[in-house]
Amino acid sequence: MVKKIIGRCYIYLILILMYLPVLVLIAFSFTEATNVGEWTGFSFNLFPRLFQSEEIMTALANTVIIAITSALAATILGTLGAIGAFYSKKRAREAIDLATQIPVVNAEIVVAFSLTVMFVFIGNIINVYMFSFWTLLVGHICLSIPFVYTSVKPKLQQMDPSLYEAALDLGASPSKALGKVIIPEIMPGVFSGFLLSITLSLDDFIVTAFTRGSGLLSGEKKIETLSTLIQAKIKKGPIPPEMRALTTILFVVVILAVIGVSIYKNRQDKKEKTRRAF
Amino acid sequence: MKSNEAATKTPKADKKAKAKRFFALQRKYLCIPYIIFFILFIFAPIVIILFYAFTYEVVDPATHTAHFEFSWQPLVNFFTDPSKINVLFVSLFIATITTLICLIIGFPLAYFLADKKINKNAVLVTLFVAPMWINFVLRTGATRDLLTWFGINGGTHPYLATIIGMVQNYLPFVILPLYTTMTKLDKSQIEAAGDLGANPAQVMFKNIIPQAIPGIVSACLMTFMPTMSSYVISDVLSEGKITLFGNYIELEFTNKAWNDGSFMAFVMLLFIAVTMFISQKFGKDDEKEAGQW
Repeated sequence: MVKKIIGRCYIYLILILMYLPVLVLIAFSFTEATNVGEWTGFSFNLFPRLFQSEEIMTALANTVIIAITSALAATILGTLGAIGAFYSKKRAREAIDLATQIPVVNAEIVVAFSLTVMFVFIGNIINVYMFSFWTLLVGHICLSIPFVYTSVKPKLQQMDPSLYEAALDLGASPSKALGKVIIPEIMPGVFSGFLLSITLSLDDFIVTAFTRGSGLLSGEKKIETLSTLIQAKIKKGPIPPEMRALTTILFVVVILAVIGVSIYKNRQDKKEKTRRAF
Repeated sequence: MKSNEAATKTPKADKKAKAKRFFALQRKYLCIPYIIFFILFIFAPIVIILFYAFTYEVVDPATHTAHFEFSWQPLVNFFTDPSKINVLFVSLFIATITTLICLIIGFPLAYFLADKKINKNAVLVTLFVAPMWINFVLRTGATRDLLTWFGINGGTHPYLATIIGMVQNYLPFVILPLYTTMTKLDKSQIEAAGDLGANPAQVMFKNIIPQAIPGIVSACLMTFMPTMSSYVISDVLSEGKITLFGNYIELEFTNKAWNDGSFMAFVMLLFIAVTMFISQKFGKDDEKEAGQW
């Protein structure tokens, strides 16, 4: 009993401590003071100010564009890679598995630095300034591609191999069997790989800061994402007040996502239970 | 599959087997773009880093053209420059402290979370991971602003502020692998240990902790290396007073010191190779699940 109380208190204490900085920021998103810790009266003004800030909105749009394009590319490449490796010979498969581990364990700064040095190196040889949206895209794909591979692989292993053969027996062409049998079977893995790629890309700072060039909505200037913009701001001073409003919005989205996921999981559990009951 | 093919004798089945064999070949080829991407953007940059780490730019006095020559200069620079050795030790120190604190906080937490009597709610685990979905730089800034409000800032307590920021950021990475091993603990073995007269401390140190070793190892790996190589957290929270590997590589990059920067990255790669070796030995299946997040 005592253990139960201590355990629960401990869990909630750490949870509160982990959320404290974000919660404080959210609380101060309803006042217009420049610093956290000063309360200058309740106001909603930061929210309209956030949407009027061209700088933040540009960065936000850039971030979303990069996240979606890099996640799509990484998901396609990673899924095809996982399928291909799964049907390769054992030695080739093991080699690909091991190679996939390299960017997973590699430090982000090394990924960023090495890619950038390579782009500079090639740029010097062909006398072209390489940095643009494309180098940034490659950087982000490098970050997320191994995670797509590792989330698709277990689904391929769990798949019933006779399903594919049954499809062939029933007259499906191999490519149709791939599209109608294998892909739907591994879809949950593909989807979680995609989501993971999006979160990795949204969160990334180092690779973005190193590999970006000009382009997208930033036009002639270097591409600014939320991470790089916030970093530039907080290097000079406290988090800009508008960013506090942004935190509140992000937080609400995250909490809604958590609620959505848990409802979905509960439903799936119930389905599983009723399926087992039959 | 081969035995299958041998067993098919009717012409129709033979045709099917042929089609299957042909497509087995095709499916294998699906990974070619993946392999090409890896060669171009994962391996080639590492090779270039190794090239730069062991060469130095030499300017020919006669023609004034620069070229690269094999040289130990970056290595010598690394070991003779006190600031670089300092970076190495400070990085190791901060990474060790952060990993230890994360384990001390995370181990009981994962244990309580996995205990069905204490926590019936699986959503709680998701809540511990959810902060990762708010922008990382924003979270770091939030921590700094809060600490500044409390009077702990980079100016007065750079080490304390940095370590708090690191723990705050890497705790979820410790909780997840530990939680997955904790849910797999052999409950009957723990009960048996208690029944056979082991006191709670003995049960913990002789039974639970040894059972959780794979989780502990992967938790350490997921904290130690990222801490050593982090850039934003140390830069923001210590207000530039603490230079970790990440900060130094960035500095070399802005100074266009490719060779010295490459050597730093090479040292980092050596550390990573060691980590990879350890992770191959221990938490093999654990890493897979942690990687899903």
